[in-house]
Amino acid sequence: MLFTILQQAPGGPLTPYLQNPHITQADIERLKHNLGLDQPVYVQYFKWLGRVLTGDFGWSQSNSEPVTQAIVERLPATLELMGASFVLSLAIGVTAGIVSAVKQYSWLDYLVTTFAFFGQSMPVFWFALMLQLLFAVYGIPLGFGYKIQLPSAGISESDTFILADRLRHLVLPTIVLSLLFIAQWSRFMRSSMLEVIRTDYMRTAAAKGVSRTAVILKHGLKNALIPLVTVIALSLPGLVGGAVITETIFAWPGMGRLFINALGQFDFALLMGYMMLTSFLVIAFNLIADVCYAWLDPRVKYS
Amino acid sequence: MAATLPLDPSAVAAADEGAPSRNTVWRRFRRHKVALAGGVIMILLALIAICAAPITALILHQDPNAIDNVHWQGYPLAPGAFGHTLGTDENGRDLFARLIYGAQISLTVAVFAVIMEISIGTVLGAISGYYGGWVDFVIMRVTDVVLSIPLLPLLLVLTAIVAGTSNKASLNFGVIVLIIGGLSWPAVARLVRASFLSLREREFAEAAKALGNRDGRIIFRHLLPNAVAPIIVQATLEVANVIILESTLSFLGFGIQPPTASWGNMLANAQSNITVAPWAAIFPGLCILITVLAINYLGDGLRDALDPNMR
Repeated sequence: MLFTILQQAPGGPLTPYLQNPHITQADIERLKHNLGLDQPVYVQYFKWLGRVLTGDFGWSQSNSEPVTQAIVERLPATLELMGASFVLSLAIGVTAGIVSAVKQYSWLDYLVTTFAFFGQSMPVFWFALMLQLLFAVYGIPLGFGYKIQLPSAGISESDTFILADRLRHLVLPTIVLSLLFIAQWSRFMRSSMLEVIRTDYMRTAAAKGVSRTAVILKHGLKNALIPLVTVIALSLPGLVGGAVITETIFAWPGMGRLFINALGQFDFALLMGYMMLTSFLVIAFNLIADVCYAWLDPRVKYS
Repeated sequence: MAATLPLDPSAVAAADEGAPSRNTVWRRFRRHKVALAGGVIMILLALIAICAAPITALILHQDPNAIDNVHWQGYPLAPGAFGHTLGTDENGRDLFARLIYGAQISLTVAVFAVIMEISIGTVLGAISGYYGGWVDFVIMRVTDVVLSIPLLPLLLVLTAIVAGTSNKASLNFGVIVLIIGGLSWPAVARLVRASFLSLREREFAEAAKALGNRDGRIIFRHLLPNAVAPIIVQATLEVANVIILESTLSFLGFGIQPPTASWGNMLANAQSNITVAPWAAIFPGLCILITVLAINYLGDGLRDALDPNMR
């Protein structure tokens, strides 16, 4: 187990090398296109790598500003969306998984597992469109002439910060981005919890007279969470991908939409910067996951 | 003699039980009613996709790419209007006919991409698990790297490069299959590696080796057939994943290019017309949802039937 965790780490420094083909092709393409230059592939790559190491990701053509600036400007919006989704997915996913496992084969369990199947099978962009149709175009009637209407685009109405306004804009994108992860994590949490419930130490704790809720939450949850950490770390790349779709549909001013715009205009400097940054984020969070792992499971030792 | 071999208890138990016979598998699968329904839906869909041309021409009397110049006046036609069962899109093309052709595209892309990723994943996973050592280390590091890069942006960058070096029309069926299939194999490789790690320790593997078989023969003739159950399950679930990936790429404009209909690119234009023509947005997505749901339930049923011990 320790070995697999440590094996995660070498993925980090290798990542830029894997992206090598894009960079070289991209650079060559751009150079041929704009300057009529033609240098060997590896020269391009190492030049680019050298600049990246000094923190220079190049000039973004589509935004007429340095790549670093373009990304940093949009980073908070993306982190806001991802953070909100992460918290929502974790809260609902873990709760649903526990309830579903504790009350196995009840109607609640069937509800959760069926929902999980739908959530995993739902095309994210279509789900977003349907929510927009329901909440933004039609509105959900509450009776007495009131209806729930939520904004379908943007992060806020005006430039001044109004909390309620920001939250209203956050609701639909967060639900869309969270759906898949609620589904995956609740399914996983359910099976993990079911395994833990059948163990001896759970029976021992119950036999000592600890109440059922306390047994489940104190002894069960902590052990069932351990494997979930790995699953969460593995689904982070999916979170990045999901954010791209969600931001595009909801006109969210984040990195994902920046990325899609850059794609449309073949702004490769920006694309590479984005890929580097997101891969770096994923790896950083994998490390955090490993630390959480050690914290949750005292059996894991880093030596 | 068995006592001298390194065997883990679960392997012994599995060996005692023996592989489930075809009859047992079918009986277990039949019990799973939703999975059975999923299978039936998939067979129907496959038939529809294969017979797309005769169905649209003879039954619907519609052409997926023809614009209804007689009735269409710049607005999408509503379902039921002028013989368009599900209405038309914003260009006056019959939605039902396009959905059927979209099924053909989505399913073909999915099947070919999955064949590709299963082949790559199985070969790499088998080599990795069988040989171990530095071969295993190198293959698994590559797998980790591919897994740690967000897949969707990576797919998008690759398709954009293809589109950038020639033009967007070059993003055809084959390119999409190659890109999706070439990048989604790591999960399969890990799975196959895990089964090979335990399979190579089993008695029959030792026996095959003792008889002087070449490694290639041991891997593909002796070990692989025993690892086939999880691969089938994974392949089924991957079909669902690829359908979603392809439709997402097409939705964002970097997948199957119009005028060829795909469920994803049909939704691309539907977003801007969603207030006037919600049907153009509802039906293609519903097709994706039903198909993927059917495949996921089918895969779940297959997993239960082929190997109840699998999670």
